[in-house]
Amino acid sequence: MKTRVIVLAVIAIAVIVSVIATPRVPALKIATTSSLYDTGLWAHLEPLFEEQHGVKLHVFRVGTGIALDHGKRGDVDAVVIHDRTREEEFVAGGYGVERVPFAYNYFMIVGPEDDPAGIAGLKPEDAFRKLLEDGAQDPDRIVFISRGDDSGTHAKEKAIWQAAGFAYHEVQESSWSKARDGYVKAARGMGPTLLMANEKGAYTLTDNGTFLAYKGNLELVPIVETGAMLLNEYSVIAVNPDRHPGTNAEMAGNLVEFLTSPDIQDIIGSYGVDEYGVPLFSPCAGAEPGE
Amino acid sequence: MTEIWQGLIRAVQLLVSFDAEVVEIAARTLRIAGTSSLLAAIISLPLGTLIHFRQFRGKGALINIVQTLYFLPTVIVGLFVFVLLSRAGPLGELGILFTPQAMVVGQMVLITPIMLGMTISALSGVRKELLETATSLGASGSQLGLLVLREARYAVLAALLLGFGRALSELGVAMMVGGNIDGYTRMMTGAIWLATQRGDLELALALGIILLFLALVISIVLNRLQQRRPQ
Repeated sequence: MKTRVIVLAVIAIAVIVSVIATPRVPALKIATTSSLYDTGLWAHLEPLFEEQHGVKLHVFRVGTGIALDHGKRGDVDAVVIHDRTREEEFVAGGYGVERVPFAYNYFMIVGPEDDPAGIAGLKPEDAFRKLLEDGAQDPDRIVFISRGDDSGTHAKEKAIWQAAGFAYHEVQESSWSKARDGYVKAARGMGPTLLMANEKGAYTLTDNGTFLAYKGNLELVPIVETGAMLLNEYSVIAVNPDRHPGTNAEMAGNLVEFLTSPDIQDIIGSYGVDEYGVPLFSPCAGAEPGE
Repeated sequence: MTEIWQGLIRAVQLLVSFDAEVVEIAARTLRIAGTSSLLAAIISLPLGTLIHFRQFRGKGALINIVQTLYFLPTVIVGLFVFVLLSRAGPLGELGILFTPQAMVVGQMVLITPIMLGMTISALSGVRKELLETATSLGASGSQLGLLVLREARYAVLAALLLGFGRALSELGVAMMVGGNIDGYTRMMTGAIWLATQRGDLELALALGIILLFLALVISIVLNRLQQRRPQ
């Protein structure tokens, strides 16, 4: 009896100590968009960075909105996201050092193969207008799944609605949105949103990287793929150390250098070829794509 | 339906092959949830005994508050501890957000009320005469406490097990305070969540089955220990 109590106590203390005394290894903490994580790009780059710089890379998979919030609070050292407008606000507000684009791909509107709204071949803003107008007439057949989560993709969707001539609240208050199906907010990551659109035979806006990564599970096909509005740039921003002295500014700088270095740019540019036959991202080494 | 069968098969495969990643995540889950539970028990058992024996103003209200906290949503606890530990928060100086230690703090906030409240309930089930006899025989306060804990040991163990179960199965704290970092703060529930997000429903189900299997093993071991204890 006594020995058993002692043995149990020793085990208990060992467990507690093993957690409490877990060394806080020096780590670079980054918050990143779900599309970069779910395509597997971070899992691919993480060991390379860790080897080059001898530091752990802790990657948080969150949407662009939450990533920026973590950055503002100083809870991460860098953010790697895709929403140019909010990124520029973030830097202008003194939260970030500098916005450095390092890769891009394109958004596309995907949907059921029979294209019930007949939007194939239209520009994205015209396609959205037709979806809203025809969707109001026939919300059972014409369904659109929005991310609805403040992510970079959701921001892009709002921008396209704007270009189509609708303020976002008009879309939300439309009879299409009030119908049982119609315009639906998923409030989840890109992958799950694609799966949901697939279940419902709906349209959705996606980046082509995530779409390719999930294509095996989907019956959806790309419907609208061209249009200047569909550019999707990924940027890295180091969190401003003046505002949050506790952040690892030096290592965040190393990450910016790493992502824009020629070797890593090549790796990003060829990532996905083995698995999907085409690269998921195009590198752009710190410059605005197409400028 | 096919996903469920495939999930079951995948679970068996992962278990039989001792998949390195699953073993690592399971071990981390047990360590973190175990630490939170042990620390919460170290607080709850003496405190619960003390509250049980002492008569004071507001005792009923205190017990009501403790019981209300049984219903704390994990995401609220996660949010609360996140705001507390965030660099922009009051305890930001510590810099422990997104670490296993921070997860232990969050899980303790979550499960201490359960262990405390249920310990108090367990002790109130012990017959009064026993304590009166012990007192008349000259038992000291701490001897009385040990006696009552021992008398109510089945119910007390149930209280501890329930708290541990909640720590093992919660997601809100692990996500918000731990950050679900691969190889550092990812627990079983976080791995299940991620697999679901990525559309790998089989893996998600398999991990869920493994989590339940772990719980089964723990419950069998604890029951054995309890039964072997001499009267």
